[in-house]
Amino acid sequence: MKVLIDHISKTYVDRKGERTEALQDIHFAIEENEFVVVVGPSGCGKSTLLNIIAGLLSPTSGQVIFEGTRTNTKPHTAVVFQDFALFPWRTVLKNIVYGLEEKGLNKTEQSTIAEQFISMVGLRGFEKKYPHQLSGGMKQRVSIARALANDPLLLLMDEPFSALDAQTRTLMQYELSRIWEETQKSFLYITHNIQEAVFLGDRVVILSRRPGKVLSIMKIDLPRPRNEHLTVEKKYLEYVNAIWRYIKEQAWEALEEKT
Amino acid sequence: MIEKEIVQDKTYFLQMKEHPWLSVASFVGIFLFWEMVSRMEWVPPLFLPSPSGILLEGWAMLKTGLIFKHILASLSRILWGFVIACSFGVAVGISIGFFSIPEAVGNPIIAATFPIPKIAILPLLILWLGIGEASKVAVIALGVFFPMVINVYTGVKNVDPLLIKAALSLGSNRARIIRKVILPSILPMVFAGMKLGIGIALLLVVAAEMVAADAGIGFMILTAADLMQTKKLMVGLIILSLLGIFFNWLFQKLERVFIPWKQ
Ligand SMILES: Nc1ncnc2c1ncn2[C@@H]1O[C@H](COP(=O)(O)OP(=O)(O)OP(=O)(O)O)[C@@H](O)[C@H]1O
Ligand SMILES: [Mg+2]
Repeated sequence: MKVLIDHISKTYVDRKGERTEALQDIHFAIEENEFVVVVGPSGCGKSTLLNIIAGLLSPTSGQVIFEGTRTNTKPHTAVVFQDFALFPWRTVLKNIVYGLEEKGLNKTEQSTIAEQFISMVGLRGFEKKYPHQLSGGMKQRVSIARALANDPLLLLMDEPFSALDAQTRTLMQYELSRIWEETQKSFLYITHNIQEAVFLGDRVVILSRRPGKVLSIMKIDLPRPRNEHLTVEKKYLEYVNAIWRYIKEQAWEALEEKT
Repeated sequence: MIEKEIVQDKTYFLQMKEHPWLSVASFVGIFLFWEMVSRMEWVPPLFLPSPSGILLEGWAMLKTGLIFKHILASLSRILWGFVIACSFGVAVGISIGFFSIPEAVGNPIIAATFPIPKIAILPLLILWLGIGEASKVAVIALGVFFPMVINVYTGVKNVDPLLIKAALSLGSNRARIIRKVILPSILPMVFAGMKLGIGIALLLVVAAEMVAADAGIGFMILTAADLMQTKKLMVGLIILSLLGIFFNWLFQKLERVFIPWKQ
């Protein structure tokens, strides 16, 4: 399976006819079992891109193509939204089985799969809690488990850890890295945190400020499994610096434009 | 110079204190005062019977069972009207909230009919449906329908679009989204509509029974007034108050059961 993001452009037109060009000719591919990270300054169209890939928004031009899929694996993608998007009226368990219900699995199949992902994200004992009874980090893990339980070919994540405190965030990055190695799926991960991008990614797609264009695609040649030792290695820091150089200019320009 | 100053909580006045004894005391106080007013005959008992007299009258009506006939008659009208209105209200509210064609058709019709006081439609309903139960149930149903439909419509419009996106991305189609996202999202609004509706239902049942009926609390109050049976009339008012309190209590309980995710 391979996902081709084929020359995607997106211009929003609001009710008054005012146009906002969010994305310009985005073109790259996500290979099977690949962890691709998209970084870019705030407002450059990252969420827009993710929604288009998830089939939740139409591009103005271009298309997203899944190659080498069988139709019985629909939906191909699952999304971890920035704001969790958990169903407040469903318990942790019920949130996780939502997609399985839609696939028509029976109750026992549902709970076996749910069990597996509940332990994978470390939420044992919280199955019967409602989202409002969970911390931010736990909500995000439910959201990840819900997406993974649906067995997508491609998992899309929109700044999933940006609402977390720095410590939780670091731990969640380790966890996610481990989960990716366990599941061997394709991940597309959106962030504006460069360290996070280098730590997680096989490749990092660097977007320019709005309208988002691909500035560069960087292959991250670091060993796996990745853990805390990585973050002090010279090669890791070099990648971080290289991406920062791209982003820095963009960020300055964006800042000057706003003020 | 070193001074010591203890920091005071500037928001203390925002913390609403509870005065349960005050509520009870004022309630009892008013009744005692009332009792005194009628015992001393400051106001003729025909105009203002004493609370104890009203209670005794109520007790007598309870024992003869007469009161149940009236309560049951009113309750069954309320119940039918209410159930019909809520079902239609939810169905129509969801349709016009979720689908563009029903919205285009339904919105102006609702906007035009909503402002008509429902009691003004009663003569027309009697003309159409006769003097019996149907016209009374219909007027209650109409009265409850509007707050329900408007609440549900607002609820649907305010469903978090992110949750709909999440459901879509997990493989829901539109029918499933209505059942699994829209319905639970609007439940609080449905309950709010029911609470508004029950007040309207009580109002309309009494009004309808005063126009034409041979049983019911409204009928009872009207005949009592005709015969200058002020105590009986007062019993009717107390029953209405109790019914209102009961339904509010009931809906609050149901809300707890059906919306467990809200503490
Ligand atoms: N529905 C919309 N209508 C009009 N303009 C929009 C809409 N959604 C987003 N935009 C604009 O498109 C641009 C890209 O938005 P997007 O949310 O994709 O950015 P982002 O990269 O995800 O930003 P952030 O990092 O802050 O989440 C922004 O300038 C935004 O104002
Ligand atoms: Mg975003």
